[in-house]
Amino acid sequence: MNAILNPADIAISVRGLRNTFGEQVVHDNLDLDVRRGEIIGVVGGSGTGKSVLMRSILALRRPQGGHIEVLGLDVYSEDSKARIKIETNTGVLYQNGALFSSLTVEENVAVPLKEHYGALPDKLVHELCMLKIRLSGLPDNAAEKFPSQLSGGMRKRAGIARALALDPALVFLDEPTAGLDPIGAAAFDQLILTLQRALGLTVFLITHDLDTLYTICDRVAVIADKKVLINAPIHEVEKFDHPWVQEYFHGPRGRAAQGAQHLLEK
Amino acid sequence: MSTDPNIGPHRDDPDIINATGEWSLQTAQACIALLEKAPAHVKDIDGREIIRLDSTGAMLLSQLATRTGLALKEIDVRPEHQALMNAVRQLCETPPVKRVKDYGFRKMLERLGFAMEDYAKETLALVGFSGLTLQTTIKTFFQPRRFRATSTFHHMEQVGVDAVPLVLLLSFMVGSVIAFLGSTVLKEFGAEVYVVELVGIAFLREFAVLLTAILLAGRTASAFTAQIGAMQSGEEIDAIRTLGLNPIELLVLPRLFALVLMLPLLTFLAMMAGLAGGMAVCAASLGISPELFTVRLHESISVTHFWVGISKAPIFAVVIALIGCLEGFQVQGTAESVGERTTSSVVQTISLVILLDALAALFFMEMDW
Repeated sequence: MNAILNPADIAISVRGLRNTFGEQVVHDNLDLDVRRGEIIGVVGGSGTGKSVLMRSILALRRPQGGHIEVLGLDVYSEDSKARIKIETNTGVLYQNGALFSSLTVEENVAVPLKEHYGALPDKLVHELCMLKIRLSGLPDNAAEKFPSQLSGGMRKRAGIARALALDPALVFLDEPTAGLDPIGAAAFDQLILTLQRALGLTVFLITHDLDTLYTICDRVAVIADKKVLINAPIHEVEKFDHPWVQEYFHGPRGRAAQGAQHLLEK
Repeated sequence: MSTDPNIGPHRDDPDIINATGEWSLQTAQACIALLEKAPAHVKDIDGREIIRLDSTGAMLLSQLATRTGLALKEIDVRPEHQALMNAVRQLCETPPVKRVKDYGFRKMLERLGFAMEDYAKETLALVGFSGLTLQTTIKTFFQPRRFRATSTFHHMEQVGVDAVPLVLLLSFMVGSVIAFLGSTVLKEFGAEVYVVELVGIAFLREFAVLLTAILLAGRTASAFTAQIGAMQSGEEIDAIRTLGLNPIELLVLPRLFALVLMLPLLTFLAMMAGLAGGMAVCAASLGISPELFTVRLHESISVTHFWVGISKAPIFAVVIALIGCLEGFQVQGTAESVGERTTSSVVQTISLVILLDALAALFFMEMDW
């Protein structure tokens, strides 16, 4: 469905990214490729710059060096048409949903639609909003509620509904299961998987949740030592010889998640 | 194959609709136009020639299916679109209900009712909070050890000392404005010298205390609400409670005492500055020398005016401190709520201060003080 933008297989390409905060170097010569239609899980210890990487790709932060292309377009280009093309093709779920607190859920979802497709009739906008709200697994009556009236899990679902408003090809999720109970987190993982299959999304997912990595990610990119150490399917990543990777995947939590996955596969 | 969306009879069977082109958010309006002119009854819809389909297109296609009496039949599309089509189709089975928003008379009455209820609740909460604070004050009186002196002094500096320049400046200005105002009117009767009485009485009785209280309502009540509100939304108040401490004793009493001590002092300074303002204008433009001003002040203004004015200061201080703290405790979670409560605390304190001042004026007049 995103064939008209770029026939190439790469959705995001990061080359030689360098991010520094004063003296502190977060990324140095970091390369990363994300393929179209895959769910990539980005992991790394606290402070390794997962969110900084996401913010760089979203052009919310200008890195000290490097080149980033999204859907074949330079994200730092000054060309406003290219910017709009990228922005309407990316949806972001921020950690706490980042819903506009003065608007209802439906109005939140309608914001990008009204901004970019102002000529659409109100009835269609309403129907589209309701479709997105249902797609994200919220009940119809959530549409009229304000973000403050929703639970954490529902806020994230509403955040997804808004991220999907323009049918983006690319979706960024910042720790989608953080702060959810295990049942809610598992349900959210399934939601991401279902949406990705149905809408053909490319998903860039930052997470700490090992279960998420095992259940839904096609590939896992590990950030450590200021670089992407490895970007491969999880079974290859867990064999990678690096102290952090070994401790992460073979610590008690990692083993539990692996065990659960093996059980599921049986 | 054109990229515009289109529908037409299928080449094999004219009763089958053949949908082609791009069905997406970008072409949504063209798609809607197609829906309008679709025949009422068909056997099937074939979407295999659709080259691009997104959820908007899928929704419109499934609306087309419903319109043409194919409510339950699956729509064939390209294999890569099938998952999307099926998912959207399933969600569109029941059309969403648009709740009509009521902006009419009934809604107005409803809001009026809620507003009244809110007022009643706020009043009740304020009365309750005053009682609670009074009770805690009395308890602390018998256990002076529990009184937080450091915190009180800190707040005295913040609400009192730091406000001195502002209070002095504004009172001086208002004092001189009143002197000017009085002189324009009194000049016609050749009674400019009464400007001294005008400025004296106005400032000692009313303006100094009112001006200071309004200033502190804006400066201090809002600060109290924001401080306590931030603590409330950060669950610090809950932490205080679960650690076995009393938030009233810890947060309210120091602020209350600081304000009750400082507001009269600030009022006194405001009186002096206001008189100085009046004196300056008299000396500069009315030919009344500071000596004459002081002598007249002594002769014609009794000290009662001063006592009337300053006696209101502690009452206003209690109002400002209590409302500022109470609104802070009523913050709920979000940063937005802190803002709302801060506004509300300033509005409430200023209106209550003016209301009380008017009542006090009536009272003192009746008492002939």
